[in-house]
Amino acid sequence: MEVDREDGRSQNQLRPLACSRNILHRAHGSASWSQGDTKVLAAVYGPKAGTKKNENPEKACIEVIWKPKTGQIGKPEKEYEMILKRTLESVCILTVNPNTTTSIIVQVVNDDGALLPSAINAACMALVDAGIPMKHLAVAVCCCVAKSGYVILDPTKLEEQKMKAFAYLVFPNSVHSVLPEGSLRVEGEPIENGIITSVTHGIMSVDDYFYCLERGRAASVKLSDFLRRNLQQQSTDSSKAG
Amino acid sequence: MGLPNASGDLSTEVEVDAFRRLFPLRFYEKHLLESIRPDARPLGRARETTIALGAVASANGSALAKIGSTTMLAAIKMEVMTPSLETPDEGCIAIDFHMPPICSPIVRPGRPAEAAPVVAKQLSDTILSSGMINLKELSLVSGKAAWMAYLDIYCLDADGALFDTALLSAVAAFSHLEIPVVSLNDDGKIVLSEEQGLSDREPVNKEKRKINLSSVPFSLTCVLHKNYILADPTAEEESIMDTIVTVVLDSSSQLVSLQKPGGTVLAYTSAIQDCIALTRQRVKELQKILEEAISGMEVD
Repeated sequence: MEVDREDGRSQNQLRPLACSRNILHRAHGSASWSQGDTKVLAAVYGPKAGTKKNENPEKACIEVIWKPKTGQIGKPEKEYEMILKRTLESVCILTVNPNTTTSIIVQVVNDDGALLPSAINAACMALVDAGIPMKHLAVAVCCCVAKSGYVILDPTKLEEQKMKAFAYLVFPNSVHSVLPEGSLRVEGEPIENGIITSVTHGIMSVDDYFYCLERGRAASVKLSDFLRRNLQQQSTDSSKAG
Repeated sequence: MGLPNASGDLSTEVEVDAFRRLFPLRFYEKHLLESIRPDARPLGRARETTIALGAVASANGSALAKIGSTTMLAAIKMEVMTPSLETPDEGCIAIDFHMPPICSPIVRPGRPAEAAPVVAKQLSDTILSSGMINLKELSLVSGKAAWMAYLDIYCLDADGALFDTALLSAVAAFSHLEIPVVSLNDDGKIVLSEEQGLSDREPVNKEKRKINLSSVPFSLTCVLHKNYILADPTAEEESIMDTIVTVVLDSSSQLVSLQKPGGTVLAYTSAIQDCIALTRQRVKELQKILEEAISGMEVD
């Protein structure tokens, strides 16, 4: 069924993506990520010595600070910080630098829908820029479910508010491997089908949610390709300069 | 099985405790191999749940909910306010969740719990988006007066599954809620009526004392570890195994929320389906417990 979206996109079309790394010179790593009009800036400082009081000193610790565009820091910001922290903890290899803290600061420059996924993508790129060891990247997408049951990807803020429900989904990036296809599967599914993080808002049926998962996985493959091209390009640029 | 053999004297008991403290993950894995947990629960069973309605006598609605050791006290106070211009015939609900230092050794007066604002936000999102309460029912005089319900939830004991217990106590408090009788006084303001018979003013809402709750949400938190899914974790289990999935379903099996904030274990479709199936069972159990508590109150 053809769906009319305000900016003329089709159901599965993502907004134009743009990512640049190493934009802040004092930070150890930084990245700016924009999806359409939503723009987020992430900076990484670390690893610094010592962990916080209740954290395990045998592992590295990750600290996230979320700065909204306007207004004071309140409960929504604390929730975003917790989700981002747990997502990045599962992506980074915490045993490499024990008893250290890596701080990630996320600054919202503009919010036009899919804010948390953009922040997760920006934070991952900033971690890559800082050279923090990671198992894989976290690729985040947003899926919206409309009242009639169709699913659209990467909604704008207006679409998010009008729709019945939306889900932020984070998957590992797609794997290009020299090993044969079957050996990397877990329970018969490829690794990139596993969900790292899922946050939903609004009521949807269980079937709608699984449909969102399918669409989200397809979108995360496209995003993984974009990330791969972006990272390869920037690394060849810097090797030319050096 | 590998555990130090229990010959009954004190020295082997101390060994088991020390093993539990020193190698918590191995201690749990030895139990999981036998499909059981240290507190003798099978993997898919939640802890014993009780609800006591009317725990706070001065509040308009209140409930004390316990899941295992986790205890939450919810109380609702109602106040008349002017509704906003955009929604002149809707009331308002303000939800707040507190974790006072009594609930856990990690929380101290200068060091608030990290979980508190997160659970507060998730609770208010879940309750408001589930459509359990129709805000139009909280309206008194369109455009002039409407009810503001302040729901406060205090955690008295934090032993895992905080969101589940908080949601249960909130739902129970709303089902116990009795809207106070009010009437219009001569200045056109709403005032609380005195006892019926003594007041000479007609009450505005004499018949409408209870709120209609449709599609009540219930939740279940599960912990994923390798191939195991543990329902309703204790605080110890949550701290050792870091992958937590919370599923909220309403009474018509619609998914109100599915939260999985990170975690080492990736959730594949089968794991999600198992969590949702466990939650469906739990919804039925909780509905029964809530109905028994409500009918117990009505008998009194």
